[in-house]
Amino acid sequence: MAKSTFVYVIYIAAKQQQVWEALIQPEFTRSYWGHENVSDWKPGSTWEHRQADASRELKLVGKVVEFTPPTRLVLTWGDPKDAAKPSAQSRVALDLEQIGDMVRLTVTHDELEAGSDMLRGISSGWPRVLSSLKSQLETGKPLPTWATAAR
Amino acid sequence: MQAGGTVDKIFKALADPTRRKLLDRLHAESGLTLGELSEQLRMTRQAVSQHLAVLEAANLVSSVRRGRAKHHYLNPIPIHEVYERWVRKFERRGLKALADLKRSLEGD
Repeated sequence: MAKSTFVYVIYIAAKQQQVWEALIQPEFTRSYWGHENVSDWKPGSTWEHRQADASRELKLVGKVVEFTPPTRLVLTWGDPKDAAKPSAQSRVALDLEQIGDMVRLTVTHDELEAGSDMLRGISSGWPRVLSSLKSQLETGKPLPTWATAAR
Repeated sequence: MQAGGTVDKIFKALADPTRRKLLDRLHAESGLTLGELSEQLRMTRQAVSQHLAVLEAANLVSSVRRGRAKHHYLNPIPIHEVYERWVRKFERRGLKALADLKRSLEGD
């Protein structure tokens, strides 16, 4: 099965440490993502992506592959129903680089199965999430699109 | 709006039909190299390379080097931001204006 890769780049007027915290702190991710990223963030540990409402629904699950604050985070990324299916696990690398007063955040999402629901989901999801993250960090307010999509 | 991808740069990059075709190609198939893109578009490597440079400067294309080859990816983030800033905001008002027009035409 052919595997697909996406590479997203966004520039955020913030400090590298702020962007880093925004990716791994549950109370921060819920503000712009509508979900919480939960883990002890040790390489080999599980991480969970849970809906930030009363349902606490588990939406994504994976392993922490690499954790190098505040520059690089690598995760496996899959639908909880596919947790036992290695071929359905995709991979996300988040690279942060401070450039002057901006952070260049690169999201490389690979090992995606061609034609999969995950591929469709993330290709509309990442642009929304990353724009919302940028808006949250730069203006203190997330994008309303995300709140709408989460309902 | 963002470093290396100001609104002016984005619109300028999108104003060229060849560059829009490049974006369409990368949307259909991500990770293409300069050689593959020039072959598919039947253009010289030099011409494609210049267009890619404009797209990269606008942050509409990102690239990853693997060994000797440079792979290109569509980066839709700035387009999403343009949408948020220049389309979505006006959508609601536009739809309301159309609805008002329809009502007045129908004599409601």
